[in-house]
Amino acid sequence: MQLDQFLTPPAETARRSGPHDRIVLSSRVRLARNLKDAAFPGWAKKPERIRVLELIQPAVASLPQMKDAFVAAMDQLTPLDKQILVERHLISREHAAKSAGSGLVLNRDESYCVMINEEDHLRMQALRPGLQLRQAWAAIDALDTELEARLPYAFSNDWGYLTACPTNLGTGIRVSAMLHLPGVVLAEQINPIIQSVNKLGLAVRGLYGEGTEALGNIFQVSNQMTLGESEAAIVERLEKVLAQIIEHEENAREVLLEKKPKVVYNHIGRAYGILANAHSISSKETMNLLSLLRLGVDLELFPDLDRALVDELFLITQPAHLQKMYSEKLSAEERDVLRADLLRERLKNVKRPVIRPPNGPTSAPNP
Amino acid sequence: MLCCICKEKPATVHYTQITGDKTQKLDLCESCAKAKGALDAGGFAFADLLFGLGASQEIEQAAGGSTLKCPQCGFTQADFKKSGRLGCPACYQTFAEALEGLLKTMHRGTRHVGKVPAALRQSRETTERIKLLQKKLAQAIEQEDFELAARLRDEIKQLTPRAPAAPRP
Repeated sequence: MQLDQFLTPPAETARRSGPHDRIVLSSRVRLARNLKDAAFPGWAKKPERIRVLELIQPAVASLPQMKDAFVAAMDQLTPLDKQILVERHLISREHAAKSAGSGLVLNRDESYCVMINEEDHLRMQALRPGLQLRQAWAAIDALDTELEARLPYAFSNDWGYLTACPTNLGTGIRVSAMLHLPGVVLAEQINPIIQSVNKLGLAVRGLYGEGTEALGNIFQVSNQMTLGESEAAIVERLEKVLAQIIEHEENAREVLLEKKPKVVYNHIGRAYGILANAHSISSKETMNLLSLLRLGVDLELFPDLDRALVDELFLITQPAHLQKMYSEKLSAEERDVLRADLLRERLKNVKRPVIRPPNGPTSAPNP
Repeated sequence: MLCCICKEKPATVHYTQITGDKTQKLDLCESCAKAKGALDAGGFAFADLLFGLGASQEIEQAAGGSTLKCPQCGFTQADFKKSGRLGCPACYQTFAEALEGLLKTMHRGTRHVGKVPAALRQSRETTERIKLLQKKLAQAIEQEDFELAARLRDEIKQLTPRAPAAPRP
């Protein structure tokens, strides 16, 4: 089956909802595992990587969770398809760069995605909309337990699950949440927050993970340490920190509206103006402005705009998704024009933002 | 105190790495620290810094000046220094001594306290059960309770063939 036939249409993925999804876009728990008697993918020669892939892929695909899954080797996917998977956060940029000897298994509703021969033999992840770390962890833990009966894992009593990089040793777990934080960014509180989160041994990264920019005011918060602490303790610590960040963001939004309403209205009004009227716009500018539009929806400044439309636009205006809509290869300039056309069209019925009376409600109720 | 890298500017950033009973200090000026990524509060940059400086010295010391090489996959300490990754699961035994210090700087602890695969959990339990029975057996023999000793011996015998070889460290 072709990837684009398999993947859920963006209009539908944008409607997935979960707890606290005003601020927490998604939750993810990833486990790193390796086979006992094989070199790690970065050191293994191609025939060995292929042997490992041929051993792991059927074992994963036969799991009950993977019924009707999309199963592919990375060299069967086009560069465009790989990029689409990256834009959907289903695989890492590193995995997209892989070819023969690497693969993936993605389940029907895109809640599990297993990368084979990324940095480790197995990088399995469970994804959930909104803040659902515990659910994501329970899901991937169950999948791992099924898989350990079918594959010989590399495990040491002292050091736990053995991984290619010592930074993942032990539990091999990375618990992360993707956060939309326009309030703390506008209030210029993001840097102190990042610093204090770092001090707690957690990492803050940009939209596409390690070493990427925080486009669209989107940040990923995750644990760094994997050894000497149980999975449950790691999940719990992250939950506590996330609860605090959510509170900061809610407060920042409230305080901004109260103390600097003109700044907020100015940013959101300009974002609307450009998105609804531009004739050429880059992917980066689009993300940053859609972030402000999303904030406007959260603050009830767009009574006739659905947050799902903003989230859909966020996905389909990214380069690979945009390219996929057209059969001919587009240059970056052509994409910018088509992106602007798409935005104008989809936003044409959205009325300009309202200005709320000074004594109106200061924030929308939590879902 | 001058920066230990450029040896020009005064050192204002100080790192101490304790590996086993050895203490290693790094004194860097602001620009060298920045260049090495030491000012970035992220733990990854810190680990990279140690991979580049402290760890490599540690690994060399652990190897006693010789080049460590994994018998399983041929990965060397130079490869580790270059990539920060290991070659295969067996490398963890090969480079165990050098890794111990590194893990201390990276993680909350140096011993795994999380999930254990069910198969190993069982063998762990069996091993512990056998140990307990052997203790009881010794006591029974001491007390000349041979009836009990015989029963314990049989029980141990029954458990033993099913217990797989001791899991690797």
